[in-house]
Amino acid sequence: MAQNVHDNHLGIKGWAFGGSWSFERYLYTLHRLTGLGILAYFLMHIFVTTARVFGPDSWNTLLGEHGFLKMTVFKIGELMVFAAFGFHAFNGIRLALVELGFLVGKPIEPVYPYKTCLNTSRAATAVLMLLAAVVIVMGGWDFFMD
Amino acid sequence: MRHSRLWTWHIIAGIIILTLLGLHMLIMHLEALTPKALNPAGGEAVDWANVVARGKMVFFMITYILLLGAALYHGLYGLNTIVGELNIRPGLKRCCAAVLTLMGVGLFILGSWAAVAARTAAMKM
Amino acid sequence: MSETKKMIIFRVRKFDPAHDAAPAWKTFQIPFTKGMTVLDGLHTIKQTQDPGLAWRYSCRMGVCGSCAMLINCKPTLACNTQVSAVSEKEICVAALPNFNTVRDLVPDLTPLFEKHQAVKPFILREDKTEMDNPTGEYEQTPHELEAYLQFSYCIRCGACMAACPTFATDRDYPGPMPLAQAYRYSSDTRDGGFDERMKAVDRSSGVFSCHFGSECSAACPKGVDPAKAIQLMKRRLVWDYLRLLKKKKPCDLIHGERATGRRDNIPEAPEYTIPQK
Repeated sequence: MAQNVHDNHLGIKGWAFGGSWSFERYLYTLHRLTGLGILAYFLMHIFVTTARVFGPDSWNTLLGEHGFLKMTVFKIGELMVFAAFGFHAFNGIRLALVELGFLVGKPIEPVYPYKTCLNTSRAATAVLMLLAAVVIVMGGWDFFMD
Repeated sequence: MRHSRLWTWHIIAGIIILTLLGLHMLIMHLEALTPKALNPAGGEAVDWANVVARGKMVFFMITYILLLGAALYHGLYGLNTIVGELNIRPGLKRCCAAVLTLMGVGLFILGSWAAVAARTAAMKM
Repeated sequence: MSETKKMIIFRVRKFDPAHDAAPAWKTFQIPFTKGMTVLDGLHTIKQTQDPGLAWRYSCRMGVCGSCAMLINCKPTLACNTQVSAVSEKEICVAALPNFNTVRDLVPDLTPLFEKHQAVKPFILREDKTEMDNPTGEYEQTPHELEAYLQFSYCIRCGACMAACPTFATDRDYPGPMPLAQAYRYSSDTRDGGFDERMKAVDRSSGVFSCHFGSECSAACPKGVDPAKAIQLMKRRLVWDYLRLLKKKKPCDLIHGERATGRRDNIPEAPEYTIPQK
């Protein structure tokens, strides 16, 4: 065995990109990113909403009509969190169904061209992504109407 | 510890979040579709009057605590999974899991206290 | 009359451990012929331009799994990948990612085999004497065979491991192939080792580190669909935790000294028509 080997592991780059992959593979990457984004927002959100315990002045400083968090940059951030939630929720439904063995189909004798669980789950993936897009658009419309 | 237990609760928490956070998003961001009972004072959902009105309802106190617990478990389990996949030493993995667990418990106590205290304060108004 | 031969460019990621600190790309131009596979191209390069080029191959027909490599950013077998199906201009060939590269296109597959052994990829039964010294056949219907047949087609090439995003970072993760084989044996009606095998997979950095990136199934050159096996295994584990799993006894031994009998609805064989000695 050669002493000098080259470490060819893709590392974190392998989560984002490492080859020419199918559509579902990038849903995995986006699910991770949106999850981390939502978690970061949520941890701050717990502290922000605790302000309601300390009365209207404390609350209105942050979320009143001219509150600090009503600035445009925060509104855009909130829209991004909503969009992240929309995607993460519907992709999460897809993952929960697939990872519990639904939508993957039964084991079959492989005959070329091979059909895999990606084929059996594609229709559901398309429907769920469409629903996610609808929810994100509805939320975005509400943001701009405010 | 069989990991299937932790993962099953991650999915159950996800389903709870889907329902309750869905309701939360409806109230906060889809005001046009929200029933008046959930936005009693009308206008924006984050207005103080609406916060107080919802604060008085036991339904919201309970669902906020439930959503808080489910979201903390779901989110921190996910973060623990990501950290655990970074090829770190087993000792460091256990340390990260312990830190995230403590963080989760601490934030749950804070959030639950806030939900109960907010209701107590709202009932006095 | 002379024809201008059509040429194709091969970019190969070369690494010689005796001289190189890191791999480097080297470009070769070779004649393109109709029906040429990537493996044929590598042979042409070795014969005409670079005798030191190293890679693994054996059967040349997609059954041994030796020649798995990264071809135009996709892990697949070199022997059954037509050059014309990949690109008319340039073929980029590199060693399988997520394994250490020993030399040129040769990956160190030791982790693959160690993780495979760890899931006990063989029939496990309580009767150890029968396992070590078999005396008869186990009963299995064609319908029961269908439950795991697809996953038994695995040729251990490692393409799925190269495609897996979790295996890219987590070296403790078993990977798609061992997990699919753990399910293949656990869903075999002859097997009684589900609980024992699950100790190896139902743990931190185990089967639940699969997040359905699903590229393993897309990359598999034999249609094994490891992602399907892994999700079905997750279902078994969750149902087991929720006490919804109907645990079945392993099938009976139907012939031999320790036979426990055969089903009533299977008729006996007819009498011999030729005298038996």
